[in-house]
Amino acid sequence: MKKFLGKVLAILWKDILAELRTRDIVVSVLVFALLVIVIFNFAFEPERVGLVACGVLWVALTFAGVLGLSRSFVLEKDKGCLEGLMLCPVDGDVIYFGKMVGNLSFMLIVAIIVLPILFILFNLPIFRPELVLIVVLATIGFASVGTLFSALAVNTKAREIMLPMLFFPIVTPVIIAAVKASGIVLQGGSLSNLSIWLQVMAAFDIIFLVVSSLVFQFIIEE
Amino acid sequence: MEGPSSASQDWAIEVQGLTKSFGTHLALRGVDLMVRRGDYVVIFGPNGAGKTTLIKVLATIIKPSSGNVRVAGFNVRDSPVQSRRKIGVVSHQTFLYDNLTALENLKFYGRMYDVPNLEERIHEIITKVGLASCLHRQVRTLSRGMQQRLSIARAVLHRPSIMLLDEPETGLDQYATAMLREVLDVLSAGEGTVVMTTHRLEYGLKMGDHVAIMAEGRIAYSKSKQSLDVDSLRQTYYRLTGTAR
Repeated sequence: MKKFLGKVLAILWKDILAELRTRDIVVSVLVFALLVIVIFNFAFEPERVGLVACGVLWVALTFAGVLGLSRSFVLEKDKGCLEGLMLCPVDGDVIYFGKMVGNLSFMLIVAIIVLPILFILFNLPIFRPELVLIVVLATIGFASVGTLFSALAVNTKAREIMLPMLFFPIVTPVIIAAVKASGIVLQGGSLSNLSIWLQVMAAFDIIFLVVSSLVFQFIIEE
Repeated sequence: MEGPSSASQDWAIEVQGLTKSFGTHLALRGVDLMVRRGDYVVIFGPNGAGKTTLIKVLATIIKPSSGNVRVAGFNVRDSPVQSRRKIGVVSHQTFLYDNLTALENLKFYGRMYDVPNLEERIHEIITKVGLASCLHRQVRTLSRGMQQRLSIARAVLHRPSIMLLDEPETGLDQYATAMLREVLDVLSAGEGTVVMTTHRLEYGLKMGDHVAIMAEGRIAYSKSKQSLDVDSLRQTYYRLTGTAR
């Protein structure tokens, strides 16, 4: 287990270093997410803006997330680095979790920056701990499925189109659960109404983390 | 998972009836290749003969469609992770991250291979490949020849007993070619095994102890270099591969 974690962290360390040098993923994702929020802020009347805030948040985070995920394995394809990773004496799940944790970190960084800006522009209560939990659970779902499909799409000619086509139908349950749960939180709903959506997201995360880590080896092999 | 078989003690690489297909295209059509520990085998062949596919199967990057393949005594289908510990691969691609420094690349691969005393080993190997002064430079700022030298350092970092070289001379400067030879000589002296593919007959014949020619996905010719000169090898190569003189 210690060795497994050590290697997952080595992949994460490598991805963070590369990202710090290029700022390829975080900057493009962040700019896109902020653009979506600002445009929607102008599109709706001020008194109705609060009603659509949760939809705007998840449109921004999911579409921006796809943008970042599509870059994730492009770096690995460069100079055959994916083959270099495959030559390492590790199972496919180590590579999967290393890349997944990297994608998750980048998406969470974007969410940390985007959320306060959304709250200010849409005049919403600044900090709700339940919302943090929703963002974390939904982002784990996105990263678990997105990492798998990003690896699959990187070998195709039209990877920019292929990734959203594969990704969105699968993550629909998480998007629905995240939008519904966020709506409950922002409208001051009860915890019992919220828990069902949290359970949906948690179940999705567990299922797709397990399934994706098991099938990842077959995806990268050919 | 399985251990190395006792029958495999003498053999570094055992390939029997290996086929590999990509869709309807058959890249390998029944390859048989036995390589003893300590041997230096050079495989010649034109483009599309299946050399790179064979190296990728031996390196456990792709799975064989059928046939039996054992590397360092481990079946590549059942125990790829165990095989990989014994393998070092140099290809025309460097497997290096452009935005990381030479040191960061070696540290990353060292951690992935659980190299003991990593800092010490990196210092030793980077000096050997003549890049000690470039340790903190990002890979993208290094010349192609320097990148290839760093790629050799990456491949031997974990002290593999089997080196798989897929056209390693591509992009190598004179210094790097000599250095590669030196690294491989040290490896061979220590019972290391080398399998190299190349187009260049003279270069390959100078490097190896045994030669093989691949044509249309098969090993069409295999011989010890002792009874062979470049001219007769060239004639055989042209005859078997159908390439023009």
